[in-house]
Amino acid sequence: MNPCVRVSRRSFLAIAGAGAAGPLVLGTRIGGAGESTKEFNPNAWLSIARSGETTIWLTKAEMGQGVYTALPMLVAEELEADWSRVRVVQAVVGPVVEPRLVEFFGTGGSSSVKSSWEPLRRAGAAAREMLIRAAAERWNVPVSECGTEPGSVIHRTSGRRAPYGTLVEAASRISVPEHPKLKDRSEWRLIGKRVARLDTPGKVDGSATFGSDVRVSGLLFAVVARCPVYGGTVASFDAKRAMAVPGVRHVIALRDTGIAVAADTTWAALEGREALDIRWNEGPHADLDDVRIAKLLNYFAGPAVADRNDGDALRVLETCSRRLAATYVVPFAAHCAIEPLNCTAWVHSDKCEIWGPLQYADVLQKDAAEITGLPLSAILVHTTFVGGGFGRKAEHDFAREAVLLAKETKSPVQLFWPREDDIMHDHFRPASRHFLSAGFDPQGHLAAWSHRIVAPSLRAQWDWGRKAEDIQRGLDKWATAGPGDVAYQAANFRVDYVMAQTPVPVGAWRSVYASQTTFADECFVDELAVALGKDPYTFRLDLIGSAAPLQRAVLERAAREAGWGKPLPPGRARGIAVCKYGETYVAQVAEVSVDRNAQVRVHRVVCAADCGIVVNPAIVESQLEGSVLYGLSAALKGEITFAHGRCQQNNFHNAQILRFSEAPEVEVHLLGSDRAPSGVGEPAVPVIAPAVANAVSAAMGRRIRQLPLTPGRLKQAS
Amino acid sequence: MSLLVTVNGVAHSFDGDPNIRLLWVLRDVLTLTGTKYGCGMGLCGACTVHVNGQPVRSCQVDLNAVAGKRITTIEGLSIDRSHPIQQAWIAEDVPQCGYCQSGQIMTAAALLAATPNPTGAQIDQAMDGNLCRCGTYPRIRRAIKRAAQGARK
Repeated sequence: MNPCVRVSRRSFLAIAGAGAAGPLVLGTRIGGAGESTKEFNPNAWLSIARSGETTIWLTKAEMGQGVYTALPMLVAEELEADWSRVRVVQAVVGPVVEPRLVEFFGTGGSSSVKSSWEPLRRAGAAAREMLIRAAAERWNVPVSECGTEPGSVIHRTSGRRAPYGTLVEAASRISVPEHPKLKDRSEWRLIGKRVARLDTPGKVDGSATFGSDVRVSGLLFAVVARCPVYGGTVASFDAKRAMAVPGVRHVIALRDTGIAVAADTTWAALEGREALDIRWNEGPHADLDDVRIAKLLNYFAGPAVADRNDGDALRVLETCSRRLAATYVVPFAAHCAIEPLNCTAWVHSDKCEIWGPLQYADVLQKDAAEITGLPLSAILVHTTFVGGGFGRKAEHDFAREAVLLAKETKSPVQLFWPREDDIMHDHFRPASRHFLSAGFDPQGHLAAWSHRIVAPSLRAQWDWGRKAEDIQRGLDKWATAGPGDVAYQAANFRVDYVMAQTPVPVGAWRSVYASQTTFADECFVDELAVALGKDPYTFRLDLIGSAAPLQRAVLERAAREAGWGKPLPPGRARGIAVCKYGETYVAQVAEVSVDRNAQVRVHRVVCAADCGIVVNPAIVESQLEGSVLYGLSAALKGEITFAHGRCQQNNFHNAQILRFSEAPEVEVHLLGSDRAPSGVGEPAVPVIAPAVANAVSAAMGRRIRQLPLTPGRLKQAS
Repeated sequence: MSLLVTVNGVAHSFDGDPNIRLLWVLRDVLTLTGTKYGCGMGLCGACTVHVNGQPVRSCQVDLNAVAGKRITTIEGLSIDRSHPIQQAWIAEDVPQCGYCQSGQIMTAAALLAATPNPTGAQIDQAMDGNLCRCGTYPRIRRAIKRAAQGARK
């Protein structure tokens, strides 16, 4: 057997060693004294070989966001590694995972660089201090006379130089410093530079290993026939015709999801699935449709629970001399990563090995232990390159299915969800309704602001989530956090939430709830400006005042770069929007036209962002560009609908995403900052829909309050 | 009866179902996993390979339809990433997740082979069937222009 993806013993030891050794970053070296003479391995994150080759372990999943390069840069910066000799190895969730290391496996919430910023730099800095001490002892000179250049310790006074590889044994004998000193910003060699991505070469020659590229000997390929209705079950089935398809090896009934077919090739599995005779019991949701969902998302669906309630917004709104209200509607949306869900598993009598595009390999390890009955220490989880995650691959329903099938077939199994499964059985962005009201005092100042969100709750679906304090009270703070933190100031300010219940599975969709709530907030503030006869950009600045300087700064930058207020060619209009997501601030100006067929065309997008210190500007720019286009797909096309209990979209002809010719140029402008990095995977996503909607309204002279902005919807409005 | 297919210059004989789609022969039988599945309906372009130099969606082609023809996959485009399109992709930092990029590159390489100096409209037309969810389209456009310019020098 020669699997394409091998278990890396080193990475396994690194994790296991960190577990055995206590402190995460500054743990004792791995493998005992014998091993330490071959490599300098002061902590879980790095090791240096005698050859000078430096290995840096990656715990996060690379799904396009650049962690495969940006996180090793953090270690290498403080280690003062020779970047050309750095090798990155994906860490495996192995037999022992030190509790404090576990948090470093989850990949989501735009958190990777943010959460790694301190610990990874400290890991590098600790190793560097040890190497300097080792050299100083060898030369018998004070540590203070020594420094480093990439890959070497130098003695400044004499000019002597010791490459790191020559210090491996000596450095291994030095105790790990508890409080290593980090470099001053002026000393950075890598951070802030356009360092070329390390994953690019394998992604232009086809050699990068994604989940479905894993090959082990005897591998079976499996697909599952699923009931198209949520909660439906198999009433009866006949496997005879499926088993007759050449190459089909197993037909297996899965209690929760349907009938699996495992075969020698994916093709045979698909043909076998086609040949299954299944009668479904469609269950209680067989009549689910958009009308019923609209009722479930009704304003009066349940009691509203306030998350923020300054003053008395509801009363003041009653008495305001000028009051405006509007309702915004956002549909369910699918993730549609081009890589469909897939996972490979192999269950032996004494261990289970899993490979896949997983955003939370550590969580899957626990699930797999439960499914197989094996102890946690017998489960190895390998994270492959992820062909687009966007939150969907944070839920491991597909991976649990693969483990179950591997257990049943006693063979290595690669489970694959064809596109139709991937879309119809997605965990969608929650659909939502937004009821906004604003009241002005006689002087024209904003006196009251209210935003009611009606949406299903992600966490209310999950056992662990239901226990949360807010969920217990009928509130989902994941939904209200953004609206409660808008930059606009009003003495009477209310954000509340109604927890809607629908049978549709929902999940984290790149920016979670922000793409819905920002659409509502930023369209509404635009409407207020238009109603008061003010410029939407300066109106925003007036409402912000001095209260939110970073929102103000990105708005000003975006407006300036876009030429806000300057004349445009006939038929074109601009729209602006701003958002704070975590501690990242983004403003965008979209330039659009609407053609005779009511088709929106976005010509140009200017995106200004403050995401703290920029570790790698090339990667950050890519992320922001990509986020704009991801959000634009949803703004113009993304809509999942239901009829007869079934999701009505099943492939790219009806679940459309932006195409090449439809993509505008996106200009990214990064504001300089001394704040710690704050994440860029999601924050630019929510801004584009309101920026485009505001531009469309300016172009048409009419407001569209429902996404997506399809020609049909625009025609209805005109 | 076995079918003979030539992939990246190497002849292979295949004994199974002659209606198997080329994509699954490449991936599951020959272990050439650089070519990706995206939709199974010819809607996304992730599975694009060259058949006698023409870009073809391998998820839509029966194996018996390409027997005896010359098939090139991403693995066979160059042995060392030296194809001008691959070089341009690296120079413009195109890939993010990378999953669709084999198909993007094969489509772009076929475009430049047929049209060495494509107009914007020709690029649009050639690339519109290749979906990218990460949003690398503007960079793909720049990379194609860069490769075309390089070829003119």
